[in-house]
Amino acid sequence: MSILHAKNIHAYFGTNHIVKGISLETEPHQVTAIIGPSGCGKSTFIRCLNRLHEETPGARAEGSVIIDGENIYGERVDPVSIRRKVGMVFQKPNPFPGMSIFDNVIIGLRLTGEKNKEVLASVAEESLKDAALWDEVKDKLKTPGTSLSGGQQQRLCIARALAVEPKILLMDEPTSALDPIATSKIEDLLSKLKKKVGIIIVTHNMQQAARISDTTAFALMGELIESGPTSSIFTAPRMQQTEKYITGRFG
Amino acid sequence: MVKGPVAHRKKEVHRGDWLFAQFIQAGAMLLIALLLALAWFLIKGGWPAIERYGARFLFSSNWNPVLEVFGAAPVIYGTLVSSAIAIMIAAPLSVSVALFLHAVAPPKIRAVFSFFVDMLAAIPSVVYGLWGIFVLAPWLRSDVEPWLSEHFGFLPFFQGPFYGVGMLAAGLILAIMIIPSIFAMCSEVFRSLPVTYKEAALALGATRWEMMQIAFLRAGKRGIIGGIILGLGRALGETMAVTMLIGNRDEISVSLFSPGQTMASVIANEYAEAGSSIHVAALIEVGLVLFCMTILVNALARIIIRSDDAI
Repeated sequence: MSILHAKNIHAYFGTNHIVKGISLETEPHQVTAIIGPSGCGKSTFIRCLNRLHEETPGARAEGSVIIDGENIYGERVDPVSIRRKVGMVFQKPNPFPGMSIFDNVIIGLRLTGEKNKEVLASVAEESLKDAALWDEVKDKLKTPGTSLSGGQQQRLCIARALAVEPKILLMDEPTSALDPIATSKIEDLLSKLKKKVGIIIVTHNMQQAARISDTTAFALMGELIESGPTSSIFTAPRMQQTEKYITGRFG
Repeated sequence: MVKGPVAHRKKEVHRGDWLFAQFIQAGAMLLIALLLALAWFLIKGGWPAIERYGARFLFSSNWNPVLEVFGAAPVIYGTLVSSAIAIMIAAPLSVSVALFLHAVAPPKIRAVFSFFVDMLAAIPSVVYGLWGIFVLAPWLRSDVEPWLSEHFGFLPFFQGPFYGVGMLAAGLILAIMIIPSIFAMCSEVFRSLPVTYKEAALALGATRWEMMQIAFLRAGKRGIIGGIILGLGRALGETMAVTMLIGNRDEISVSLFSPGQTMASVIANEYAEAGSSIHVAALIEVGLVLFCMTILVNALARIIIRSDDAI
């Protein structure tokens, strides 16, 4: 059974049609990579999966996304409750300024009304361990989140997203602002994390997609060209455009 | 002679560059010298009063030029209270308007609104004073003060006769005058916060209000506090409108309806008529106190704004 099923998603900025009817299904315990050249709509597409796209002035989205048997674009669905089931990690690490490492991790839980200090502390520890950051920060949880290195900040953001126990983790080019070592740490992390949470990652780095994903989807000009098991997409693509892209002939 | 940064560099410095560097260095030095000269003037001019009254000057509440008795407590009190009223009204208002414009409102509304708030800052102080005398004060006397007295009359702040002009009027006009400063600072802070914080908060399931708290108020905390203190600095020294509206009575009264006097207004009112040299010295000493207070407040604001991302 799929964990997320997006059907015929269209997204617009004003009159600009960015995503033109993308459908995608993801399985639990899998990493799904979305690849494609810049401007192909892949980031916009995953921003539709937690209804974040519509927060940009002038932006709107259509279609349906079934998560947990519920269409997040259904009537009377509160985007706030959706976003608690779908975590997101952004391109640039963005721990909240003015907040300690600890507060950054548990802010999502605090928003749900959790006040019990022991619960908060144990969730913080667990999430930081899941994000492979605990050993590096356990002695300085009170220091500002922004004092960490870029790679650590990004793992802090992963911990922050994990703390609310989402069903799915959306990652929008999470390593594009990081150096190779920090990148490989996060890639290693993802293979462990997928046991807990389904992952959809947008990347413009094809090697990264090949290394870490189970399923790969290729998008071009706002449309999904093809998707399938990563090994077959990279070795035997069905579509000519996919082949051109992965062999580096454009994009 | 102190070596400027230019002297440390390579030998081959362009003559024009050297001249320009000397010129701007001299300009910078001149500004510092000006500040020091001003401080020196205030200390020197106020010295007779400093010598004669000592610390009593700050704590005595009797200000009587005829008897040559000068206690600055009422004017210090008046300055602090009128500024406090101004901050209590202007700070929440400016911060929430800036927050609304940057976190919720569409960009077009933001631009239009910011323009009008900026225009508030362009209005000369004396025009605010005129408006205060002919519109604000009569309205306070006929409507606001009776209402406050009726509903909050159990508080000592809202007792006594209604004058219109007085501490409340001065505080209100100051509030209007410092709104642009605080608003501009908060807008700048909110504008400089990357949209990614807003998105991160929303993606975590924050409601709109929670998002504003996390991604704007908390993330911009230092800048907001700095902006409020800058506004305070402006309120402390504001002269013309306050002089026109505060009622000019050198007494400490708890009631906000009563007339009062600020450091700035007493100088403006009495300087031209100061007969004795000790009166002049006393006024200059008031100026010195005001100078120190505003310098401290502004320095504090800048330290807060610039300090590292401490929690």
